[in-house]
Amino acid sequence: MAEIEIKNLKKTFGANKVLDGINLKIEKGQTCVIIGRSGCGKSVLLKHIEGILKPDDGHVFVNAKDISKLSSKELNTMRMKIGMVFQGGALFDSLTVGENVGFGLTENMRLGERELRERVEESLALVDLRGITELMPSALSGGMKKRVALARALCIKPEIILYDEPTTGVDPITADSINVLIRELQNKLKTTSVVVTHDMKSAYKVADKIAMLYQGKIIAEGSSMDIQNTRDPVVHQFINGLARGPITET
Amino acid sequence: MFKNFFESLGRKVLEGFEFVGGLANLVAQAFYWMFVPPFKKGRIFEQAKKAGIDSLLIVSALALFIGIIMALQTAYQMQRLGSEMYIASIVALSIVRELGPVITALVVAGRVGAAIAAEIGSMQVTEQIDALQVFAANPVKYLVVPRLLVLSLMLPLLTLYADILGILGGYLICVYKLGISGTMYMQITFDSLLYKDLFTGLLKTVFFGMLIAIVSCYEGFNVKGGAEGVGRATTRAVVGSFILIITADCFFTALFYFVFP
Repeated sequence: MAEIEIKNLKKTFGANKVLDGINLKIEKGQTCVIIGRSGCGKSVLLKHIEGILKPDDGHVFVNAKDISKLSSKELNTMRMKIGMVFQGGALFDSLTVGENVGFGLTENMRLGERELRERVEESLALVDLRGITELMPSALSGGMKKRVALARALCIKPEIILYDEPTTGVDPITADSINVLIRELQNKLKTTSVVVTHDMKSAYKVADKIAMLYQGKIIAEGSSMDIQNTRDPVVHQFINGLARGPITET
Repeated sequence: MFKNFFESLGRKVLEGFEFVGGLANLVAQAFYWMFVPPFKKGRIFEQAKKAGIDSLLIVSALALFIGIIMALQTAYQMQRLGSEMYIASIVALSIVRELGPVITALVVAGRVGAAIAAEIGSMQVTEQIDALQVFAANPVKYLVVPRLLVLSLMLPLLTLYADILGILGGYLICVYKLGISGTMYMQITFDSLLYKDLFTGLLKTVFFGMLIAIVSCYEGFNVKGGAEGVGRATTRAVVGSFILIITADCFFTALFYFVFP
């Protein structure tokens, strides 16, 4: 079985059917990029994998375990195997960078102060940040916040990392450095990654596989090359960023 | 027109049920998580400082002024009757039984409740609450339990402090303005106050503290939208706390009137 398998996942908020029967398999060690327009349900899909949202129908299997059927204790154990990097970083305002990065460990493990500090510094070094453990998140730039959020996710040594729009809101150079970082971490740590983005440059750079979410369904799936050579007019319009086409006509 | 009226009324009633149900659910969860280890003292001390120590100055000023106002207003009536001696007992009883607990609760609701709703609301819109869950930290245990414990403990302590300053306010007017001797003022104050007055006054503040914590956390968790949503939640937390404090006060006053006549 694939490391992450999503079967017929459905989710509705009020009258808005956000996910309408998603089927997707992500193999161990693979980086899957989910593309789609803003507000199409990409982040909602990630939150189902993390177990933050419960499906109305369908299943999300992680390591062959149905996330929505786990007890709260089992879910917490599972969550410690999945790191997530939020769109805006979601760093805790009241904690320092060091406390943010070590948060998962202090909440769930009994580590000595020295070991904790080492793990925090090691995680920050992985994202090329050093000597900022005492700073507050408000003192960081957007790009640094994203890196710290990634370090926080890495600190628990996850098997899976979920990235929600990792390059949104940062300048192109920082965006590219984040892409390089994702690829490097992928090669170094061999984690399974799910990246949600609408930045096609980023998608081509980090993806082993790309899936496009449109009107609550996965309408195309394949390698970067497959997606670039698609004949599907919806996918074609999206990846080329065209103002006119089937997406904007419906 | 009638259809619209009843639709709107029905919606309000449903919202009311949803609010009460949401509060009850949050209380149940908070009491459950209160007894689930690990217990982290650091968060409790941090909240105690924010809710208690940082409120001391404003509570001091208001309690002192309330004592002064009570003494002056009572003096206005009592001087006509030539019964200035009763001012001390009226001030002491009204402050210890009613004004101390309610004014302190309202101040804490406005200051601390608003801050709680704004803080949790901002955490909600910036996905920090989701981030807590991602790291297997239950948001109710992490955010609600320390605030609930601290407010239900700090509010009685702040009220006791407000009672003392309120009586001091009355003392200042009676001794330095009306010429009553300080010893006599304190003698009448202590003679008129019974343990049950202090006990009933402080007991209800434990519940006021819980109300402020639960309403403010609930509004924070239910923020929708961005900064505007946070602003709305903050207002709702303060207004909701005010209404529930006065309603609970009415209930407790009636209860204590019959239980401890």
